[in-house]
Amino acid sequence: MAIINLKINGKAHSVDVEEDTPLLWVLRDHLGLVGTKYSCGVAQCGACTVHRNGEAMFSCITPAASLTEDEITTIEGLSKNGDHPVQKAWAEVDVAQCGYCQAGQIMNASAFLKKNPAPSMDEIDEAMNRNICRCGTYHKIREAVAMAAKSK
Amino acid sequence: MATLTKTNRRDFLKIAGTTAGGLFIGFNWMSCDSPKMDVLSTEEVLANAKNFNAFLSIAPSGDIVIYSPNPELGQNIKTSFPMVVAEELDADWSKVRVLQANLDTDKYERQLTGGSGAMPHSWERLRKAGATAKFLLVAAAAKKWEVSADELSTSEGIIYHKASGKKIGYGEVANDAALLTAPEEIILKDKKDFKIIGTPVKNVENDAIFTGEPLFGLDIYREGMLHAMIQRAPFGMKIKSIDDAAARNVAGVKDVVTFENSVAVVGTSTWPLMKAKKLLKVEYEADGKVESSADHDQIFKDLLANGKAEVKREDGNVQAAFKNAAQVVTAEYQCPFLSHSPMEPMNFFAHVQADKVELIGPTQTPESARRAAAEVTGIAPENISVEITRLGGGFGRRLRADYVSEAVHVSKMMNAPVKLTWSREDDLTGGAYRPAVRYRFEAALDADGNMIGYKLRGVGMNAGNSTREHNFPAGAVDNLLIENVNYESSITTNAWRAPITNFLAYADQSFLDEVAFAAKKDPVEFRMELFQKAKANPVGGELRYDVDRMIGVTKMAAEKSNWGKNPNVKQGFSVYFSHRTYVAQVADIEMENGTPSLKKIHVITDCGMVVNPTGADHQVRGGVVDGMGHAMYGNLTFEGGLPTQTNFDKYRLIRMKEVPAVDTYYVDSGFDPTGLGEPCLPPTGGAIANAIFSATERRLRSQPFIEQKEFTDLKLGIKRA
Repeated sequence: MAIINLKINGKAHSVDVEEDTPLLWVLRDHLGLVGTKYSCGVAQCGACTVHRNGEAMFSCITPAASLTEDEITTIEGLSKNGDHPVQKAWAEVDVAQCGYCQAGQIMNASAFLKKNPAPSMDEIDEAMNRNICRCGTYHKIREAVAMAAKSK
Repeated sequence: MATLTKTNRRDFLKIAGTTAGGLFIGFNWMSCDSPKMDVLSTEEVLANAKNFNAFLSIAPSGDIVIYSPNPELGQNIKTSFPMVVAEELDADWSKVRVLQANLDTDKYERQLTGGSGAMPHSWERLRKAGATAKFLLVAAAAKKWEVSADELSTSEGIIYHKASGKKIGYGEVANDAALLTAPEEIILKDKKDFKIIGTPVKNVENDAIFTGEPLFGLDIYREGMLHAMIQRAPFGMKIKSIDDAAARNVAGVKDVVTFENSVAVVGTSTWPLMKAKKLLKVEYEADGKVESSADHDQIFKDLLANGKAEVKREDGNVQAAFKNAAQVVTAEYQCPFLSHSPMEPMNFFAHVQADKVELIGPTQTPESARRAAAEVTGIAPENISVEITRLGGGFGRRLRADYVSEAVHVSKMMNAPVKLTWSREDDLTGGAYRPAVRYRFEAALDADGNMIGYKLRGVGMNAGNSTREHNFPAGAVDNLLIENVNYESSITTNAWRAPITNFLAYADQSFLDEVAFAAKKDPVEFRMELFQKAKANPVGGELRYDVDRMIGVTKMAAEKSNWGKNPNVKQGFSVYFSHRTYVAQVADIEMENGTPSLKKIHVITDCGMVVNPTGADHQVRGGVVDGMGHAMYGNLTFEGGLPTQTNFDKYRLIRMKEVPAVDTYYVDSGFDPTGLGEPCLPPTGGAIANAIFSATERRLRSQPFIEQKEFTDLKLGIKRA
């Protein structure tokens, strides 16, 4: 076991876990931040996406111990009142079906738009291709990302 | 027309004079910093609300709580059910909040998600729930004002007396209304007066979903709760020996327990268990058939040729028809096993105590969850509570309660509250799949290209009846024989979104395309001829489908897709009836530099009245994407009783870049609404395969397409129109 210090959503956290524990399980099992989802555990589906210094990252394969110098943002910390432009677009377009993958989709989309504020539709498709939605909400995800880009 | 309908006492169990507090099941065990503190909390609303029936409570503040009894897995029932209640109530939708009801067999019938059956089952019940409450509210206002109820009208939660200019909110008469006796009969609205139904209403849980609030089974954490993960036996095998020494040594592991054919690692958090599970050394030995995909291939061949078949339907004289045929078309179609793979893996919370069990989690059928717990513990069902969380997808997998039983076993053995989590690998290898099926079709054509004979034999692996014998083209062919052979496999199977038809529709719609081609007829015209025949003079006894509605979606599909009009667009057509809903689809392919590129799928749906257009579009598009994804990529193969594909790196699911445009249209047929969760999936594989044939003259007879030899040198492009 090891004490790991993390900065998540602007707050300092200290957890006592095995050193190889992925950030995903630190968030969920130890910090009560359950908005970040487990689905594949092998960096294939994107449900666990968080921001590391503003960049999208798969938290399921990244040991928390490797992130002590970084600023981590989860869906809970993306905005204060759920009003990040991407969250607002997601609500406006009514993107979710089951909703399980959507936190990861939103985290990926928000990191992508920060890097590329005016993307083409092909660039949106390319960026969002790393997140799986088993319900098939892809049309609405595409529409919401485009809307969020315009609203910025 | 407004309709008079009898109320059902069971649905309208009145609990006048009691508050609704006891019914509240929130997700408030986690900290909840709601940004909207200016409105009453749901607890505050419920503390003073009056129950009008199983679906509805109204607070003096005018806030309305509507209970949604059916599990929500993305079909949007938690929004569409309350819309129906609110419509007849004439509620102000902004004042409605929706709560998921617990399992309650006294209050609710058919509290399950499956078969696209919730809306047709509950449509009238929900309307009556709203209408009855409105009747009582109006009666209370009439009494208060000493006027006749006939003189009053309602709109958006307010009762008006036009003559005197008086008005009063529902909340202000709720207490009085709840004391009145519900009427025996109630008048429902004329559909043309609907104000909420038929308008796009957003998912009531959007805010919670998009801010990461705990909603799902996996999000449940309780004080003192233990975590568990389970190692399961390959299909057809049992445990021979267990060496758990290394697993027990992992920090955070509390115990390793064995029950039935399972070994559970139990600990204080998830990650140590994932590691410990890999360190378990479990030896297995055969306990039945230990199957591989190569065995299945041989079994299919043998049973198609010689299997003892059950005749499901026989019309006319098939033997004579084939003997007299000018041309016979024969083809075989095959589909693999598929995993459901909802994004949220199987999981459940169970707390077994001396005389009661508490269950919380994602289930499509809470009653089965309760039954499973009763079987494991011997505790009476009335002492087993089931709280239904939002489901991170289901697709039929959560109609099975195997994972609930497991959680209950572990909780009982550990004498503690337990959350069982399946890893993704467990989810793919732990069983209950879409059955693998092979079909052989034969069609007899006369000299004019009329289909005078049709034969279908299905062989399924634990598929039950792999045919739908009373579905089209039954009724349209004079001589028809439908047979089924079921092979009992040790691999477990389960309903998978649009059971059987998820593949049968593709196979039979592709085969009909082959027959039309052989008959030198346009595929749409060919089907229209068959429909006209079934309409004018239906063959045989029972028909499950309405021919006019088949014609309706087919005609609209031809019109909306500009069928056959553009020589540069190669099109594939399919039409299918399943789960009470009629769907026609046309796939458009354009050749670009010699490569076919899928541009668009047109979808025409007749589901009767569309309750929520935004929700309906979701289900239509989602069904098409799901149908396309699995037709293109889905494949689960077996070796030695174990699936070869154990995670999403090998088990390929469709992604953003692989999805074409999907245009949606609805036939206004005037019928009451039917379900949409399943029926848009079945026709998609056929529409795409038929378009590929139209573009390349290559016929895809097995799924997944990308693994067929006809497809290997064919790169299918995707382009949004």
